[in-house]
Amino acid sequence: MNLRRAWAISEKELRYLLRDPRSLGVTLLLPVVLLALFGYAINFDVKHIPLAVYDPDASPESRDLAQALTRTEYFRAAGTIGAPAEADAVLARGEAKVVLVIPAGFGRDIAAGRPVRIQTLVNGSDSLTASVALGYLEGMLGDWARRRAGEALPRQTRGAAIDPKVRIWYNEDLSSVKFITPGLAVFILMLLAALLTSQTIVREREQGTMEGLVASPVTAKEVLLGKLLPYVAIALADVALVAAAGRLLFHIPLRGGPLLLLALLLLYLLAALGLGLLISATARTQQGAYLVAFIGTLLPTLLLTGFIFPVSSMPKVLQAIVQLHPSTHFMVIARAMTLKGAGLAALWPRAVALAALAAAVLGLTAARFRKTL
Amino acid sequence: MSAPAIDVQRLTKRFGDFTAVDDVSFSVARGEVFGLLGPNGAGKSTTIRMLCGILGPTAGRGEVAGHDIVGEPEAVRARIGYMSQKFSLYLDLSVLENLEFYGGVYGLGRDRLGERIGWALEMAGLRERGDQLAAELPAGWRQRLALGCALLHEPEVVFLDEPTAGADPMSRRQFWEVIYELRGAGVTTLVSTHYMDEAERCDRLGFIFAGKLAALDRPDRLKQVREKGTLVEVECDRPAAAAAALQATAGFASARLHGAGIHVGLDEPAGAAAGVRSALEEAGFRVERAEVVGPTLEDVFVSLIEEMEASSGAAVR
Repeated sequence: MNLRRAWAISEKELRYLLRDPRSLGVTLLLPVVLLALFGYAINFDVKHIPLAVYDPDASPESRDLAQALTRTEYFRAAGTIGAPAEADAVLARGEAKVVLVIPAGFGRDIAAGRPVRIQTLVNGSDSLTASVALGYLEGMLGDWARRRAGEALPRQTRGAAIDPKVRIWYNEDLSSVKFITPGLAVFILMLLAALLTSQTIVREREQGTMEGLVASPVTAKEVLLGKLLPYVAIALADVALVAAAGRLLFHIPLRGGPLLLLALLLLYLLAALGLGLLISATARTQQGAYLVAFIGTLLPTLLLTGFIFPVSSMPKVLQAIVQLHPSTHFMVIARAMTLKGAGLAALWPRAVALAALAAAVLGLTAARFRKTL
Repeated sequence: MSAPAIDVQRLTKRFGDFTAVDDVSFSVARGEVFGLLGPNGAGKSTTIRMLCGILGPTAGRGEVAGHDIVGEPEAVRARIGYMSQKFSLYLDLSVLENLEFYGGVYGLGRDRLGERIGWALEMAGLRERGDQLAAELPAGWRQRLALGCALLHEPEVVFLDEPTAGADPMSRRQFWEVIYELRGAGVTTLVSTHYMDEAERCDRLGFIFAGKLAALDRPDRLKQVREKGTLVEVECDRPAAAAAALQATAGFASARLHGAGIHVGLDEPAGAAAGVRSALEEAGFRVERAEVVGPTLEDVFVSLIEEMEASSGAAVR
């Protein structure tokens, strides 16, 4: 390994990058723009579900129940209906997603301590919202009933019912932004890194400069090292920008050790940049390389590596396959280190997997590169 | 100084069913300017690329600067300079940046690099244009820049693959001056070309056609050896029609256009020129001049190709 020769390659790549400041600017700013855009857009928190009420009882109790639901940020009042038959119409028109049907005599029965049946109609065509709404309804109706019972009955008669005190750790307010944003950063970095390096080898081949390189004493390893260095620097600059944006815009905490995160991040970047190089060493045209790098990193990272859909709920075969993708491992690391403050003791299997993948990708690229020379 | 700079034994390269280089053997002495002459697709580039260690040969062996091209490609690469047909220049980089890049890739130290870049700029006449992008250079300058890049590390053996293709005559002349300068310094040059005038400038010449080395000698000797008949050069009006008329006449079937005139090969030296003249005048052409001349390299080349195509039966190309 002759470092002078490797540096000559790096210097040349840097000059190419600096020759086109506009592309460089886009490269540096695009990840931040993407993070902001998707961070605000991708939101799984279901709030302000429109709820209509049919209340023939019109008692203080029934009004209290309806208000107890719509006072929260989970539901908003979407008016009242005059007949149960109108429920279909408001659900179909989308004016309400949930209709609460309170029976006549509700207030009287509650006051007398008799059991009451309440009907809730939920629009199930949007299954995600429907199941979230159901969860909210069950919990809130239960709360309301307990509160009522507590007021009406002496304390000791409440019996031995389990009264769970649930505490949520790590993401205390269950904000989906805090779950999504670290994954989004992982996704954006993969896309960026693979696209960055996907052009660099195939361009030399297309422009005929590869011949000059191959006839020179520079080795495949020196070329790869020389080509990696500038892009590692750019990717790290992007990491800093993305981290700052995550912190300022979405208040993502960093509870783990910053140095450990940086070290693992480097492994991840090497694997991702290496993937781009491998594509570049295999592709025939720059456009082909661009397309493969784009689709080959975008789709798996988006759909298969646990960014949105948990890996543990995938078929076993697919679970095994996605272990070969660096994003699968770094997705876990990024979330664990930002939200949970996990350390190497918990994450070392992921770190080892990441290192092995980076080494494999770069080794494969070196072999592939030598052959095409 | 006794070992040849390039020694090639039965070198062969096949791409699938296609044999690009077919059992080629030759050797080049140190300090010699060796030319590979042949039409496009004859196997010149493939031969050069194998000798530079870019392509692996299918069979045969080769030594460059005393090192085996298959066994010690690194040692070979450190001792050769290579200028490809596409020049291998980074068009988005400046003249200086290209030179600095190749200097770095060849591992030159800072001091030596500065000195060699100075030399290259001087040689290529690019001293005033150091900051100009390679893309903006005219073809002739770009070519000399590529040569400068290939010579930065002072290689023992230089491979130039059609270096002057598309260049104007002035640039080509300057280019050859550099090659002769290198020869003076003991550098070996292997140059491929399809220009006859350039082939004449080589110390020795290999004719390559359809992957085979058809002839190998000094340019003057090649012409002598091929001189088995008599060659008549004719200047007349309507040369294309005249050549066609001669071809249709018994005994003059070898007539063909040569420059603005016609060359006719004849077996009988006696009265050859007069015979051609009278045949043409009978056919109604006005003959300015008809005389016996020595063959040019082009005559030799064309007759070699005709011979090879005839002996291989089917059309080779």
